[in-house]
Amino acid sequence: MTMAGEILRRQSPAEVDVCGGSAQELHVLAVDDSLVDRKVIEKLLKRLSCKVTAVDSGLRALQYLGLDGEKSSVGFDDLKVNLIMTDYSMPGMTGYELLKKIKESSAFRETPVVIMSSERILARINRCLEEGAEEFLAKPVKLSDVERLKNFVMGGGEVCSDRRINKRRLEENNDRDDGHAPSPVSPPCSCDRAACTSSSSDSSSPSIAPSSSKRLKIHHQG
Amino acid sequence: MLGWGVEFLWAEMNRLLSLLFHQGVLDEQFLQLQQLQDESSPNFVSEVITIYFHESEKLLRNLRLLLMDRELSDYKKMEIHLNQMMGSSSSIGAKRVCNVCVAFRAASEQNNHAGCLRALELLEHEYCYLKNKLHELFQIEQQRALASGARYPAHQN
Repeated sequence: MTMAGEILRRQSPAEVDVCGGSAQELHVLAVDDSLVDRKVIEKLLKRLSCKVTAVDSGLRALQYLGLDGEKSSVGFDDLKVNLIMTDYSMPGMTGYELLKKIKESSAFRETPVVIMSSERILARINRCLEEGAEEFLAKPVKLSDVERLKNFVMGGGEVCSDRRINKRRLEENNDRDDGHAPSPVSPPCSCDRAACTSSSSDSSSPSIAPSSSKRLKIHHQG
Repeated sequence: MLGWGVEFLWAEMNRLLSLLFHQGVLDEQFLQLQQLQDESSPNFVSEVITIYFHESEKLLRNLRLLLMDRELSDYKKMEIHLNQMMGSSSSIGAKRVCNVCVAFRAASEQNNHAGCLRALELLEHEYCYLKNKLHELFQIEQQRALASGARYPAHQN
């Protein structure tokens, strides 16, 4: 697959475990009150050789991460969560509220958090991104979405995707001003695709500083 | 069942799937579920769908109960159930059920009791149709699995 090849080219051999052995196994915490969705996301992640912990509420997620305020004797050195994927609409604590709590914590504020929702409400999306969500995924989540996330988390940077190219106009219309909370710097896309629109390239959005642009990424079948 | 070759059953399954796609009952998310089924989870699709049936029937019952009281219909609660139903329906590719949920939710947002009742009836109807068709699909699939595992002398169609 050309995309995978492009990612590998950007990295030194030492960084990438081409065989994808257990040293590179990603541990994902999935949070969703729907059992159907938990089963699907779990399978998507397992298909990509990720370790999955699936919980049914924001509260349980906090408990799992040790952020619920309870004194715990478990050391968190061995609790490595590389990515948190949470549904937005959940009873009790929404995904947004969970996101805030995670970003407030010292232990997990650097952990990428992805919000999932079957509804594309712009205010909701912006709010999540401003609070530090890595991405806002439209449900139903597809294998290609999770693949892209995995590559990102494993240090592959942005994967150029046709679906992102299709949504470029939406991004340009809705991209918020940068200068809010700092966001992770995405390495410039170095793939050969002429139509590639990695948001860190400033050719089509000159007003946005490449290193701190907040990307509004809506990925859905459209 | 003797004599129903694997090819025939494949054709039956594809015919039914095509019909359901054509009718807009299912969309490509259902295909995504099928793609996720593999040796490590050979019954993935039917397991997820079974969970979906259980969840949906509970939600439909709750919606019915909420609408029974004309005076005190709790529209907020209805919307919560509807969102859940919409979410899980879209996750399995049940497009028509999803669409009815959207219309239902619009009626609920307007506190339109009669509209909600109509929408619920339509929702129950669509759900019923979906459930019957999926059961049919699973039956064909089971027969196909049996037929391919059957150790009869080679019976060509």
